[in-house]
Amino acid sequence: MGQAVLKSPIGARVPMIDSADKVTGKGVYTDDMALPGTLVGKILHSPHAHARILSIDTSAAEQLPGVKAVVTGRETPVKYGILPVGHDETIFASDKVRYVGDNVAGVAAESAEIAEQALRLIQVEYEVLPAWFDPEKSMLAERDLIHEEKPHNLEKDYHHHFGDVEKGFEAADYIRQDRFVCPEVTHAALEPHSTLARYDSEAGTITVWSSTQVPYYLMLNLASTLQMPEEKVRVIKPLVGGGFGGKSEVIPLELAAAVLSRKARQPVKITYSREEVFYAHRGRPGQIVELKTGITRDGSLTAVEARIIQDGGAYCSYGVVTILYSGQLLNAMYDIPSVKFDGYRVLTNKPACGAMRGHGTVNTRFAFEQQLNRMASVLGIDPVEIRRRNLLKPPCMTVNNLRVLSYGLPECIDKVEERSGWREKYRKLPYGQGIGIACSHYVSGAANAIIRSGAPHTTVNLSIDRDGMVTIFTGASEIGQGSDTLQVQVVAAELGVDLDRVKIIAADTARTPVDLGSYSSRVTFMAGNAAIAAARDVKNKILTAAAARMVTTPENLVIEGNQVMCLDDRRLAMNFADAVRLAIADGAETLEGTGSYRPPQEATGGRFKGAGVGPSPAYSYCAQTAEVTVDPETGQVTVDRLIAAHDCGKAINPICVEGQVIGSVWMGLGQAVQEEMMWRSGRLMNPGLLEYRSASTLESPPIDTIIVESNDPEGPFGAKEAGEGSLAATIPAVTHAIYDAVGVWIDTLPITPEKVLRAIEEKKKAELRR
Amino acid sequence: MTKELVQLRINGQTHELEIEANRLLLDVLRRDLGLTGTKCGCDDSSCGACTVLVNGQPQMSCLMLAASYQDAEITTIEGVASGNGAGELDPLQRGFMIEGGAQCGFCTPGMILSAKHLLDTNPEPTDQEIAEALSGNLCRCTGYLQIFASVRKAIELMRERQPLEASPR
Repeated sequence: MGQAVLKSPIGARVPMIDSADKVTGKGVYTDDMALPGTLVGKILHSPHAHARILSIDTSAAEQLPGVKAVVTGRETPVKYGILPVGHDETIFASDKVRYVGDNVAGVAAESAEIAEQALRLIQVEYEVLPAWFDPEKSMLAERDLIHEEKPHNLEKDYHHHFGDVEKGFEAADYIRQDRFVCPEVTHAALEPHSTLARYDSEAGTITVWSSTQVPYYLMLNLASTLQMPEEKVRVIKPLVGGGFGGKSEVIPLELAAAVLSRKARQPVKITYSREEVFYAHRGRPGQIVELKTGITRDGSLTAVEARIIQDGGAYCSYGVVTILYSGQLLNAMYDIPSVKFDGYRVLTNKPACGAMRGHGTVNTRFAFEQQLNRMASVLGIDPVEIRRRNLLKPPCMTVNNLRVLSYGLPECIDKVEERSGWREKYRKLPYGQGIGIACSHYVSGAANAIIRSGAPHTTVNLSIDRDGMVTIFTGASEIGQGSDTLQVQVVAAELGVDLDRVKIIAADTARTPVDLGSYSSRVTFMAGNAAIAAARDVKNKILTAAAARMVTTPENLVIEGNQVMCLDDRRLAMNFADAVRLAIADGAETLEGTGSYRPPQEATGGRFKGAGVGPSPAYSYCAQTAEVTVDPETGQVTVDRLIAAHDCGKAINPICVEGQVIGSVWMGLGQAVQEEMMWRSGRLMNPGLLEYRSASTLESPPIDTIIVESNDPEGPFGAKEAGEGSLAATIPAVTHAIYDAVGVWIDTLPITPEKVLRAIEEKKKAELRR
Repeated sequence: MTKELVQLRINGQTHELEIEANRLLLDVLRRDLGLTGTKCGCDDSSCGACTVLVNGQPQMSCLMLAASYQDAEITTIEGVASGNGAGELDPLQRGFMIEGGAQCGFCTPGMILSAKHLLDTNPEPTDQEIAEALSGNLCRCTGYLQIFASVRKAIELMRERQPLEASPR
């Protein structure tokens, strides 16, 4: 018989398995769904940044024909939040509103027009309170606190000291101190948040379809806030039109739709307007970084001290995690012998900030890389070379107990140096043109789950029918990054069958096992490993059954090209489906298998307060160069080209890896040069995609990607994360290139022409004075 | 508001509808006709996710009163594959699949329609012409590069009529 030489699907440029649905318009997103009798849900938002609610009168709204339910905070007393330490939100506010846009009441009506009219009929009496907008002032507050139980409006502060920074600074030949200011930015996924909820009053169950990255956490939060048993709550994730972290926690509309549906006893759908998406936010907090770094004359880092203030907004959200990441991930890039970190997550009367691509690391990384480049420039060391002098020597444990195994950073640096023509360009380009370099990294999933337990972080089940068709059941959430395709690829590879034979059912809490969601770049590593484990589980059963029939041992068998074959005599073969039928237990209809992933104990970090955030089973690495042209007359910066070398361990699907790296770099560039949430007294001045200045095709430069494969010893087929780690390096690479072009350092983002021009003029004045 | 009886020509089919004069085409497509491939991303004509072709020209359906387009030939994403008679995917759709032009997929229908107008009127566009033609369609996933590659792939497919497979780099 013919020997099929089958190419492994690992590393193949496999089109995403849901791409046909996406290019034909057949794919179903939450707002595309319609159930009979579905009502339109709308939310009444606070017009005040900080106010006490004295009374709410909903009687006129309730009497409006076509209104089926009105809900206020009186009926939603249970507090919730994504972190167990941060349960500070209720579905609707009952005592106070804490930001413009806070959720006051919900209405379900027969049409959008009626719902909007009903919102206007709700009478709310407020006592307006002084509001806090500046985090440095807010953290000194003695009165008018945003949450009474949080003195000085401090959500959380951490004070870490690893190694001995005093000794480190004594050993330094050069110490620099700088202050960096980064504004708030937001995800602006193209699909606005949308939730459809259907309460079944006879069964006492609720089914919720939602645009979420975290169906499992949503299920838990629905159960707790609706005070329903978990088994009565089902969450289904349709296609998700982009997340970037903005859908990685429970968003108020998800709970509001559910509570309205229960009250109206009809399905309710809420889809946010674009303005509501901006106010729902949960994006990257504004951050002030005061950074002090010590270095020897030959460029070895000796000590780093960081004081970081984050402008967290009115609720905790992921805040405790964000502030910890901003300190903890100073490490695991370079070899830094001592680190001191003082982090303050401050409450202000603005929408809550949460997790956004590169969560917690981006602004700190900008500050650190910028300072390193400044020090290299003062010491006269090439910026590429100074990074080489401070590399980690893995396998190793950092001073703050982060375990680093695979480490492709040196190769990333080599690759961008070569591809960019660094040696021919840096300090050699004409005035107005420049090149810069920076590096970044990110976790491949958090080694410690948000809700601490010994349970696996993810479980994948497999079912194989008698015809040899494989179905994956997974809670991992496809949000456009390729989660479903990746799991199909690894299962097909492990089972030795064609990709077409493998189907996937993803993210339905009634049908799929527990997975914590698509955030912290955890899917490839964690769901990938669980999918492999599940495939191995069924493979063992198949090979054991086939071995008995073929009178050999399972160890002597492999599956390749849909055939079970003998290693020592490949003519002895059996069809995959035949072997599956042999393996199906008596009385069973299908062959079942399961696999789980939990991070190894050694990767879970230290034992100090806050040690849980930062540890990961593996870190991705990126080195990046930026080339810019600066017009010294106007301060206008044009980014001409970006090159990103990203160590993803192993590119299971290069199309997806390249897409993720390019997308990260592009989003980092947005933060670098134009994106910014502009607040005036708690109101957002730019709550639209054009006003927020999301870049169009014409503002988007070429981005070269170079995939570096360090083959992580614990990653699935060696893979690590690809979706976030490249973002942070873009910003300091661009500011460095601006320095190379016109000799000024921009420490406050975004890099507007005004800032560049002012810096150029100040530099000229300083030179004249000399 | 009183309703009017209107006739709309969409993807080659005539639909008779009783709608209010202020209904937007986007809304009629999605809610009355179940053509949910056309997306709403912004409510204020910023993003281009709702782009449809009106007599071959790309327009944002969130800005169009449905009743005003009774004489127009409207093409939505659902009509792109069926428009060629064989019901096969358009080279643009295949290009987007092969090159990863659709990540989350939410901007994809609008992108494909804008690109379709470009290739219908200019089958051999330069890179700059591709970028200009798509400049009204925002994407937050791809940095546009895989979208450009998808359009170039479609041009190549139209030239060569290649089968669907990933391109080597």
